[in-house]
Amino acid sequence: MELHVDIVSAEGEIFSGAAAMVFASAEMGEVGIAPRHAPLLTRLKPGEVRVRKLDGDEQSFFVGSGVLEIQPYVVTVMADTAARAADLDEAAAVEAEQRAKEAVENANAEIDIARAQAELAEAAARLHLLKKLKGNR
Amino acid sequence: MAVGKEIKTKIKSVKNTQKITKAMEMVAASKMRKAQDRMAAARPYAERIRRTIGHLAQANPDYKHPFMVERDVTRVGLMVVSTDRGLCGGLNINLFRKALGEFKAAKEMGAEVDLVLVGSKALSFFKRMGGNIVAEVSNLGDKPHMNDLVGPIKVMLDKYRDGEIDKLVLVHNTFVNTMTQSPEAAQLLPVPPLDDEGLLDHWDYIYEPSAEDLLDGVLMRYVESQVYGGVVENVACEMAARMVAMKSASDNAGNIIDDLQLEYNKARQAAITQELAEIVGGAAAV
Repeated sequence: MELHVDIVSAEGEIFSGAAAMVFASAEMGEVGIAPRHAPLLTRLKPGEVRVRKLDGDEQSFFVGSGVLEIQPYVVTVMADTAARAADLDEAAAVEAEQRAKEAVENANAEIDIARAQAELAEAAARLHLLKKLKGNR
Repeated sequence: MAVGKEIKTKIKSVKNTQKITKAMEMVAASKMRKAQDRMAAARPYAERIRRTIGHLAQANPDYKHPFMVERDVTRVGLMVVSTDRGLCGGLNINLFRKALGEFKAAKEMGAEVDLVLVGSKALSFFKRMGGNIVAEVSNLGDKPHMNDLVGPIKVMLDKYRDGEIDKLVLVHNTFVNTMTQSPEAAQLLPVPPLDDEGLLDHWDYIYEPSAEDLLDGVLMRYVESQVYGGVVENVACEMAARMVAMKSASDNAGNIIDDLQLEYNKARQAAITQELAEIVGGAAAV
């Protein structure tokens, strides 16, 4: 009996393969997952995820935080790529807002759709014409 | 021979330009391949997280997270993903047209629009055109990272949680193939109903801590992964569009060089003929 383990992050797949057992540090404590584990969904604490392969070799991965999903024969670790914490996220959000505010200090909050569309149509027509001219050479 | 010196200089200058556009074409081609790899690498995560949401929704049919409930739309959040640099043909222009279409649709429904912009081209466009920009991030480079996107996404998620916006739409370019990129508007929130994969047997998870808490985290990550996917795909589009634009620029430069070369040869020929005529004329006069 074996587990199928997937460790994925938003920016790429980290590990995918068969394993005999998986150890991870869940929010409520360390968990060891053997095949036929009850379905469980939990958050991960920053720490190590160890995968014991079928031949007994162990491979470990550092996972910042994330979500651990367990089904009887499938274990999925969805790791966060970014360092996550409520206050860190908040700071990033505030920064993004601040940047926008600085960037558009004098801009009008009301968008002039007609003007914008006219300008885009002109630009598109120019490109189209260029393409056509090139085709005729 | 002093003939056609200006033409020769001109040819040289066009040749130099052609060298640059050729180099840019090749750089864009290799970057495009890398961006496509990143696109593929982001897919497993999005799929897993989508599946988990499907399981969660199925296991808890009674509990509806705010992110999954349709509301009357009075304000729409629009995330526009553009490039940071130009020289990529009509890519951004087509994207902005799509975004304006969304604008118009929202206005017709009587809804206001909040903007979150990714990429400096979108920023400069909407700065000129107006629009309520609530957050922006630019200069992500060719390898966008989740870290940089968390902030602007959170701004919108918070607004949605607080009821300030009732719908969140992502406008970005989708990579059809090297020659074709099409702008696409995808609804992020409320999360569109997911297809059930035919999990017929009823079962539920054990949750640690609570189902609500976890669902919130999973949905947030889902939205983030969608945006990240959009941004990465947009990079691939940018590179493909630039590659095509630079290819046609190089071809154009080649045509110009041919024309100039022809002109130069003609001038040279004319000069030789004239010189001969002068010599022959001079000899006859002696």
